Amino acid sequence: MTARFGVGERVRIATRDAPGHVRTPVYVRGHVGVVERVLPVFLDPEQEAYGVNSGVGIRLYRVRIPQATLWPDYRGNADDVLELEVYEHWLEPAEEDPR
Amino acid sequence: MTDVHAAVETADGPPDYFEVLVAALRELLVAKGLIGADEVRAMVETLDAHGPTIGAGLVARAWADPDFTARLLDDATAVVEQSGIDNYDDTRFIVLEQTPQVHNLVVCTLCSCYPRPLLGLPPDRYKSRPYRSRAVREPRAVLAEFGTRVPEDVRIRVHDSTANMRYLVMPMRPAGTEGWSEQQLADLVTRDSMIGVSTARRP
Repeated sequence: MTARFGVGERVRIATRDAPGHVRTPVYVRGHVGVVERVLPVFLDPEQEAYGVNSGVGIRLYRVRIPQATLWPDYRGNADDVLELEVYEHWLEPAEEDPR
Repeated sequence: MTDVHAAVETADGPPDYFEVLVAALRELLVAKGLIGADEVRAMVETLDAHGPTIGAGLVARAWADPDFTARLLDDATAVVEQSGIDNYDDTRFIVLEQTPQVHNLVVCTLCSCYPRPLLGLPPDRYKSRPYRSRAVREPRAVLAEFGTRVPEDVRIRVHDSTANMRYLVMPMRPAGTEGWSEQQLADLVTRDSMIGVSTARRP
């Protein structure tokens, strides 16, 4: 399965409400970051949690987001970052810089 | 006056909601033959057999061997499996290297994801809501509370383990340990230093 995004690409994490076993924390939704590394394909946990243990594999990425864009009142080095794992169906291409 | 020969209080309080839920689920799974009581016991034994000394051994070997460090940073999962460590639940690992320019800190905001095959069970404070919510939002303040002062010009990378990867931090090797054996070095590698909330012990 080909990865849709490559290292260094800008991505926006989707803003949507999703019930169930979702691994995308609310605090990063809607934020822009860059792909830090491309990870393997894993079973979709949102389906696996309901007993669907085969079939759908989804690419996982590590996404890096500047802390200063996540928290308006962030105190620290302007280069401090937060990195987390996000599944491909939560990512869309982003043109603009993270902010 | 206190009776020093009184029986030591060992009884637990009444079970809470989740303890009842866990017991009921386990009993149902055993009653229906889906798992055996011996499998539950064996899993508990496996969990108990893993602790921070396993991760410390990897870090000490990496300190002593730059080639091993390179392989660990490139593909930690493969190195763990080649090292004869029982990766009992097929965990995927990423090792993060502390440097004079970068300080790494690991948290799981969603639950308590932790590199259990390498560090054992997480400490309670790792699972606490204050640590989980504050580590991503004010890492420097959290680190300071652990006695770890990260200079302003050092960049902090906070890693929220939200999905399938588990993270082990490789602390910096303390000065004054030249020529030490791997076992001596491993004794300096604390659990907290492998989460990133502190540095390795100084000799």
